[in-house]
Amino acid sequence: MFFVLVSIGRKARVNLPLLEEEINAGARAAAKNSLYRKSVVRDPLYDRTNTGNNLPCVIYYEMCDGENITISFLLKGFGSENCSGVRMLNPTAGEDEVVEAVTDIMRSAGGKPCPPVFLGIGLGGTMDKAAFLSKKALLRSGENPDKRYRALEERIRESVNTLPIGPGGLGGDNTCLGVAIETYPTHIAGLPLAVTVNCHAERRATVVVLGGYDGEA
Amino acid sequence: MVKLELPYSGDELEKINAGDTVSISGTLYVGRDQVHMRLYDAIMKGECLPFDFEGNGIYYMGPSPAAEGQVMGSCGPTTSARMDPFSPLLVEKGLRLMVGKGPRKPPVLDAVRKYHGLYLQAFGGCGALYSSCITSCETVAYPELGPEALLRLTVKDFPAIAVADCRGYVLTGEGIKLIF
Repeated sequence: MFFVLVSIGRKARVNLPLLEEEINAGARAAAKNSLYRKSVVRDPLYDRTNTGNNLPCVIYYEMCDGENITISFLLKGFGSENCSGVRMLNPTAGEDEVVEAVTDIMRSAGGKPCPPVFLGIGLGGTMDKAAFLSKKALLRSGENPDKRYRALEERIRESVNTLPIGPGGLGGDNTCLGVAIETYPTHIAGLPLAVTVNCHAERRATVVVLGGYDGEA
Repeated sequence: MVKLELPYSGDELEKINAGDTVSISGTLYVGRDQVHMRLYDAIMKGECLPFDFEGNGIYYMGPSPAAEGQVMGSCGPTTSARMDPFSPLLVEKGLRLMVGKGPRKPPVLDAVRKYHGLYLQAFGGCGALYSSCITSCETVAYPELGPEALLRLTVKDFPAIAVADCRGYVLTGEGIKLIF
């Protein structure tokens, strides 16, 4: 399923209805021309008829600094998505609890998500915000600018790699290839943690529209 | 590498052990989530099945469209665990060979042992490789399911690993274990 993150610069030229239309048109053309498997059904429970064009996408919009519009696509497979999870930790939880919670999610996942995996982790915000951040983390390029979280990412990767899973769940040292954490301020009473599990075939692409675009010449 | 010709006859599946690398050639049926629910329901209602289970195997997969010159597009395995609620009954009724990816729940492993079946794991993320192993494809039933329809493939030198055999041995992340 197409996961789309649109980051709109506060100084960018933008026409939101046009932007949404263009994203859907692009996804429709990609599904048709790039021979993607048709993977989306109309209703989750009562009408699982294939939409036949991989639409709709899951689209999130966020505001950011600058004058550009950045559109990122992640082709999210569900063998791994089914292993994703949320844990609402106590506000007194520390690094150890975070590492253990992520490790526990991967312990339960075992060989199901087609390891080796990439893990996107969202920390903070509300439950849904943490889940969103766990997807945004998978789209990150480069290393975490915060050295504390960079070290935590490495600790989590090492911890997950002590699990007896390995490629294909058939054993070996490499269960997790990389971890990326995104954070947000949160409430005094909580520490939401979300993990998006992605298989090693992480298919993503980003387009930056310089200056934005509002449909005018 | 053990060669497995499909449809198999007699005790061919029993010659394969957990941990063996297997090369499959011949007829291989394809079905995943919705097909499993339908086959299960058909058995429960005593209805006719769309293909003969005996001697055949089922591959958990949903293909991408074929590019020009291909029989089928990308066609790697999907996660087997979602078929676990349905597989024990299907194995009991004769669909004793399964090909997917990832671990199975104990009732499936028990059915494999009890009914002399075999569970093979294909290589996840290698859809393009598997595409090159497909020499023919036809829709057998449920075309309305689109990429989830029940298909019959002819495959050649399709690589897999034996994960659960009829002697109760299972290949896990901690090596080969006797589960029962």
